[in-house]
Amino acid sequence: MTAEKVKQVSMNSEIIRIRNDFPILQQNVYGKPLIYFDNAATSQKPRQVLQALSEYYSKQNANIHRGVHYLSQQASEMYEQVRVKVRDFIHARSEHEIIFTRGTTESINLVAHSFGNAFVNKGDEIIITAMEHHSNIVPWQLMCETRKAVLKVIPINDNGELLMESFNQMLSERTKLISVVHISNSLGTINPVKQIIEAAHQRSIPVMIDAAQSAIHEEINVAQLDCDFLAMSSHKMLGPTGAGVLYGKMELLEKMPPYQGGGDMIQSVSFNETTYQNPPFRFEAGTQNIADVIAFGAALDYLNALDRKDLLRHEQQLLQYAAEQVQKIDGIRIIGTAKEKASILSFIAEGVNAMDLGMYLDTQGIAVRTGHHCTEPVMDFFKIPGTIRASFLFYNTINEVDAFVSALEKGITLLNKK
Amino acid sequence: MKTLAEAEQEIINDFALFDTWDEKYQYIIELGQQLPPLDDKFKNEEHKIKGCQSSVWLHCYRDNSKIYFRADSDSTFVKGEIALLIKVLSGRTPDEIKNTSLHFIDAIGLRQHLSMTRANGLASMIKKMKEYAEV
Ligand SMILES: Cc1ncc(COP(=O)(O)O)c(C=O)c1O
Repeated sequence: MTAEKVKQVSMNSEIIRIRNDFPILQQNVYGKPLIYFDNAATSQKPRQVLQALSEYYSKQNANIHRGVHYLSQQASEMYEQVRVKVRDFIHARSEHEIIFTRGTTESINLVAHSFGNAFVNKGDEIIITAMEHHSNIVPWQLMCETRKAVLKVIPINDNGELLMESFNQMLSERTKLISVVHISNSLGTINPVKQIIEAAHQRSIPVMIDAAQSAIHEEINVAQLDCDFLAMSSHKMLGPTGAGVLYGKMELLEKMPPYQGGGDMIQSVSFNETTYQNPPFRFEAGTQNIADVIAFGAALDYLNALDRKDLLRHEQQLLQYAAEQVQKIDGIRIIGTAKEKASILSFIAEGVNAMDLGMYLDTQGIAVRTGHHCTEPVMDFFKIPGTIRASFLFYNTINEVDAFVSALEKGITLLNKK
Repeated sequence: MKTLAEAEQEIINDFALFDTWDEKYQYIIELGQQLPPLDDKFKNEEHKIKGCQSSVWLHCYRDNSKIYFRADSDSTFVKGEIALLIKVLSGRTPDEIKNTSLHFIDAIGLRQHLSMTRANGLASMIKKMKEYAEV
C-alpha cells in the first residue's frame, strides 16, 4: 500500500468512529439508510451533546447569575465556562467579548440595532454582498430605514465570487460598517474576508463576519482576522438549536446601547434612571438559553478533540468527488463555481423541477435542500428559481456520495419521461 | 361517471396498493406526466395561481351547470396532484365542489411528505377551485 492509501484507510476508520457518535445517522428512513446532506441547514448532534443536555436538566438546572444556592452557582459556572470555551475556540482576547444569542440571525440583528443606534446617521452607508443570507440583509434594511442610511451591495461574478474591484470603489467616508458572509450557504464560496477587513480598516471601517457556515468548516481566529463582529449558530456546529454567539470588540460593544431590556442586563433600575451592565451582560436580557449554551460547550469540546485539518481535507474530497460525478450527468449545471469553495454543492438539472427532484431523493432516504436557501438575490442573479443543494460534513462518506449520484441519475431519468 | 365519493374512494384504493413513499411518489409523477396538456393561451398571469412556488396555471370553465378544470405546472409532481384533484372535482356541480372536504388527500398519506411551500401550493389550488364554484 502506498502512504497515500494508508492515510485514506485510516481516515475512513476515523470517519466510521465519528459516525458512531451520531445516533441519528444510524437510522433508516423509508427502509433505506439515511443519507444526510443538509448540513448547511443544520448539523446533526453527537451523543456527547445530547448527554450534556440531559445531564444538565437532570443535575444542575437552575436560573443563573441570580441564586445563592448550590444549583444556581453550578449552572452559572457551567454557563460562564462555555463563554471561555467560545473565547478560546475563536481566539478572542477576552470572554467579555462573547455574547450569547439565539443564533446568527439574532447576533446580526443585535449589531444592526445597537451599532446602528450608536453610530449610524442619515446618509451613512452599510455595505453587504450580493450573496448574503436573508439574515444578513433584512436586519440592515430595517436599520437603514430607521437611521435613514443607505445599503450598498458588493456584486458577484458568474462563478459566485465577489467583485473586489467594485468593493474597493464602494468604500467611502460614509461607510459605517461592512457585513460579509464568510462562506455562502447557497454557493459555497469562501470569501476573502481577511482582504476585506484589511481594506476596510485602512479607512477605520468596522467589519462584521457572518460565520454561520464557516464556523464548522474553518478554524475561526478573530485575533488574526481582526474582524470587529462575528456571528455564529450553535446548531450548525454540532450544538443544539436556539443558541449562538456574537463576538464583538470591546471598544465597540462598550459604546453600544442595549438591544433588549429586561432582567440581568441592568446595573440598577429606578423610575428616574436605569443603568446597564457592561458587555457582555448588557446584551443578554432575561433568562438565557442556559441548557443549550451548556450543550453547545460540549459540541465545542467534541470539535476540539478532532483533527479538524484532516476532516476539512476529507470534506474537500467529498465536494470534489461529488462535483465531478454530478457533472457527468446530462443537463446538470453547478451553481457556484468559485475557486475557493466549502463543501456545499448547489446545482440545477435542465428541464427538471428542483423540488420534484429533491422529493425523489427524499423517497430514497437522501436529505438535501431545494429552493432559494434564504438567498433570493443569488437566485435572481443566476436567473433561476432555486437549486438543489447537497452540503457535506465530515461525517459523510464517499459511499454516500455514490448513492446520492446514482439516485440523482434515476430521479432525473424518471422525471424526464414524457 | 363515478360520483365524487366514488372517485375519492378509487384513489384511496389505488394508493393502498403501494407500501412505500417511493412508490406513491412515482405514481404521482406518472399521473403528472399523463395529465392532458393545457392550451398555451391559458398560461398567463391571469390564470396563474398565487401562493405556489412552482408555476401553476388553472383554467376553469362551466358547461351545462357542471364545472371543469384544466391545469398545468412546471413541476411534474404538482401536475400529479392536479391530476388527482381533477379526477375528484372536474365535471361536478358547484355544490359538490363547495361541500367536499377532499378527505382522500389525508387518506393517501400525501400531506406528510409535502414541504411547507408545497402544502401551501396545494391549498392555494384547492382554494381557487372552490372559489370558482362560489361564483
Ligand atoms: C450564511 C448564513 N447566515 C445566516 C444564517 C442564519 O442562521 P440562523 O438561522 O441559525 O440564525 C444561516 C443559516 O442558514 C446561514 O447559512
